[in-house]
Amino acid sequence: MAALGIAMGGGNWFSALALGVTLLKCLLIPTYHSTDFEVHRNWLAITHSLPVSQWYYEATSEWTLDYPPFFAWFEYALSHVAKYFDQEMLNVRNLNYSSSRTLLFQRFSVIFTDALFVYAVHECCKCIDGKKAGKELTEKPKFILSVLLLWNFGLLIVDHIHFQYNGFLFGLMLLSIARLFQKRHMEGAFLFAVLLHFKHIYLYVAPAYGVYLLRSYCFTANKPDGSIRWNSFSFVRVISLGLIVFLVSALSLGPFLALNQLPQVLSRLFPFKRGLCHAYWAPNFWALYNALDKVLSIIGLELKLLDPNKIPKASMTSGLVQQFQHTVLPSVTPLATLICTLIAILPSVFCLWFKPQGPRGFLRCLILCALSSFLFGWHVHEKAILLAVLPMSLLSVGKAGDASIFLILTTTGHYSLFPLLFTAPELPTKILLMLLFTTYSISSLKTLFSVPSFKKIKEKKDGRDLVLLLPVSLPKQGGRARTSRELPGRCTAFPA
Amino acid sequence: MLNPLSHPGAGKPPMFGDYEAQRHWQEITFNLPIKQWYFNSSDNNLQYWGLDYPPLTAYHSLLCAYVAKFINPDWIALHTSRGYESQAHKLFMRTTVLIADLLIYIPAVVLYCCCLKEISTKKKVANALCILLYPGLILIDYGHFHLGFALWGVLGVSCDWDLLGSLAFCLAINYKQMELYHSLPFFCFLLGKCFKKGLKGKGFVLLIKLACTVVASFILCWLPFCTEREQTLQVLRRLFPVDRGLFEDKVANIWCSFSIFLKIKEILPHHFQIIISFCFTFLSLLPACVKLTLQPSSKGFRFTLVSCALSFFLFSFQVHEKSILLVSLPVCLVLSEIPFMSTWFLLVSTFSMLPLLLKDELLMPLVVTTIAFFIACATSFSIFEKTSEEELQLKSFSLSVRKYLPCFTFLSRIIQYLFLISVITMVLLTLITVTLDPPQKLPDLFSVLVCFVSCLHFLFFLVYFNIIIMWDSKSGRNQKKIN
Repeated sequence: MAALGIAMGGGNWFSALALGVTLLKCLLIPTYHSTDFEVHRNWLAITHSLPVSQWYYEATSEWTLDYPPFFAWFEYALSHVAKYFDQEMLNVRNLNYSSSRTLLFQRFSVIFTDALFVYAVHECCKCIDGKKAGKELTEKPKFILSVLLLWNFGLLIVDHIHFQYNGFLFGLMLLSIARLFQKRHMEGAFLFAVLLHFKHIYLYVAPAYGVYLLRSYCFTANKPDGSIRWNSFSFVRVISLGLIVFLVSALSLGPFLALNQLPQVLSRLFPFKRGLCHAYWAPNFWALYNALDKVLSIIGLELKLLDPNKIPKASMTSGLVQQFQHTVLPSVTPLATLICTLIAILPSVFCLWFKPQGPRGFLRCLILCALSSFLFGWHVHEKAILLAVLPMSLLSVGKAGDASIFLILTTTGHYSLFPLLFTAPELPTKILLMLLFTTYSISSLKTLFSVPSFKKIKEKKDGRDLVLLLPVSLPKQGGRARTSRELPGRCTAFPA
Repeated sequence: MLNPLSHPGAGKPPMFGDYEAQRHWQEITFNLPIKQWYFNSSDNNLQYWGLDYPPLTAYHSLLCAYVAKFINPDWIALHTSRGYESQAHKLFMRTTVLIADLLIYIPAVVLYCCCLKEISTKKKVANALCILLYPGLILIDYGHFHLGFALWGVLGVSCDWDLLGSLAFCLAINYKQMELYHSLPFFCFLLGKCFKKGLKGKGFVLLIKLACTVVASFILCWLPFCTEREQTLQVLRRLFPVDRGLFEDKVANIWCSFSIFLKIKEILPHHFQIIISFCFTFLSLLPACVKLTLQPSSKGFRFTLVSCALSFFLFSFQVHEKSILLVSLPVCLVLSEIPFMSTWFLLVSTFSMLPLLLKDELLMPLVVTTIAFFIACATSFSIFEKTSEEELQLKSFSLSVRKYLPCFTFLSRIIQYLFLISVITMVLLTLITVTLDPPQKLPDLFSVLVCFVSCLHFLFFLVYFNIIIMWDSKSGRNQKKIN
């Protein structure tokens, strides 16, 4: 009895947290799920029933395969377990099939794959220096970080209600970050390469990885003043990194290259026909841009400066996903968004190159890349804010300044996810969970940094870039459009 | 319907019965004059979810009906709204329950834990969390108004705010008549306090004040029904349906378990059944109540609440499975004092409601909340380390027994083994009930087994709690202080 008591009571708070959140996820099984549920069921069906050569050509359902090949193989592996739950879900023609067993299987697969996320959080906690904190368990940075990551509200509602597989993908990313913190650069690079081939959205943060690895790993030493020492360049390291990336890509895209399907795969992966904004506008710069355009066009019409006949019929606010023109302001092309994004990430990348500050500097650059791409990217989903929020949690338990930025970012980011769950029964859940998470994050971080040894002046140098972007992101909450014909969840390519 | 800690999807189709009953009461109370609420008429068919709770429930339904009228009158339209179910309506009903909980029940729990003495803040928070995580209250959840009021009552009386406490408890009784299970301990405790203060002086004053408070609160609630004798009688008839027999359906009650072997319901005449159940109930709770009157103490009061409610549950008539919650609430209150036994009891009480929960398709939430509760209790209180005799409050009892049987030293080990056996049995029974089909000849086999096993557990706990009360002496307490 006593042994069991020690095992349960004792010190394993991390397992308790992980188990607790898993139980919570089980409770969320019967909640609302979006069209993403059908998307993944369809992919299970495609990968199970069709040969590899058909995967990226199959179009019976509107939800075509648009993730890189590793994810397709992942769905293939899952489908072999799925057949024991319900054979019918693996039929490509069974559109919108959602028996209770299908639901159970899919939900459990998300919960199960989150194990990788739990492991990654465990590794990240090892990278946190908690010596200066108080003695209470709940005041230790490791504990706070674990709660902020494991019980992250955004991840919970996107993965376990709205339905997606972000848990293990973020697990891979956090694990690669942890490996870079632990100076195991090759593993970090390998994990990130694999991640890219699971979901290419992580290209947003690839510049950070590239520049950091090149600058801090390939150049093995610095001059005393911190600047680059050109003669310490290590060819071996560059080549080994390149080899890793090459091999991973070969493994992923190789089969499709052999089948001459690469252009098709790429066109599926990067569907530029889908328009500047998603059906639900992500709260980014283009949302404000569109809003401004709309306002100006209304003013223009009122003041009779514009000719009503010349205004295009389809508008941004109709909730459809398509390409179209702006009325007053110049139209935005994918190239323009790319240039804006590049300009936005330039300061942080420059900092990372010219004044590297180790893994922390890399993490800041990563967050800034994620935020910049979110603000200026083409066809950004609201869920992409998680790309910035989760790594930011790692920084938040380090410095007080980072903590306050994290609080603003995470609260607004999570609030912007509310429209994803628009059904009535989920209303109390999302409000309650959001309140709990926000209250906890504010109170715990406040307690952590009120310990006298932790009071520091805001770090001006690194925080500057982050602070610059925040005023732009805050007004995003206003730029939302809603009509009765909105398409929740995934986008479609409806004609005009 | 749910509790803030549970989730909308989790309590999927709220049981048509109770959900519709609540909606129907809103319809009745809004559309009909007060005089007709408890009477059978063409507009008010008492067979269809007739009102069978005291007036405060009716007033509460009226209040909700006004809000419903403001949002959507179709929900409470007379006759036409029967069986009404829509997403918006479900959200509305859930919100009314939630608000009731937030306003009354949860503050009571939090305040109670704050007032606990001799434990650290961390333990207080853990205690509150465990109480709020109790699966029974999360899964069975049509408003815990009465439990909230009862808890305020306990709080008031324990902290010497006797008038407020008794007022709160009277409100609780007027909300659901099952709170009468808790009434005897309240009565005995307050009477004991009056005796202690001296019946010729302050005690008498207190007695008069309490009597006035009780009478006043009852009159206030029953005012519209006091005008005619027929009204009062009809309400009482609805509240205490004596013609319905000793028990209905399967409940973890002595009578139900006994009827496996001997069909009492059919053998004994009706009025005899009622007399027998009264006798057994009062006999089993008499010792504890007498002790409480003679030696009123806060601790004794809480334990007597448990044992009285348990006696009523086991021996009373027309007991519903949900009434176990009336026992679970006082057990939650003593969670910090005997964590191991309380956790065990709360697990058994959740298990005893298994057939009811399975009917509502709440298996997954049941499993999840039970595991969560168990882990929360195990980690907060380190229950497995607290199984020594002293921790189980059985020290004085085993000392007395050892005077006659010197070899009686293995009490705690027996209890540990019993716990293991009990948990294994409960898990097995749950698995069997969920996976297998019962044999053709005995379709109710599994629910009867569940009830029988739970009943045995409850009998054991009844004996245990009574032992604690009777052997809890002042000398025992002094010894602890010296130690």
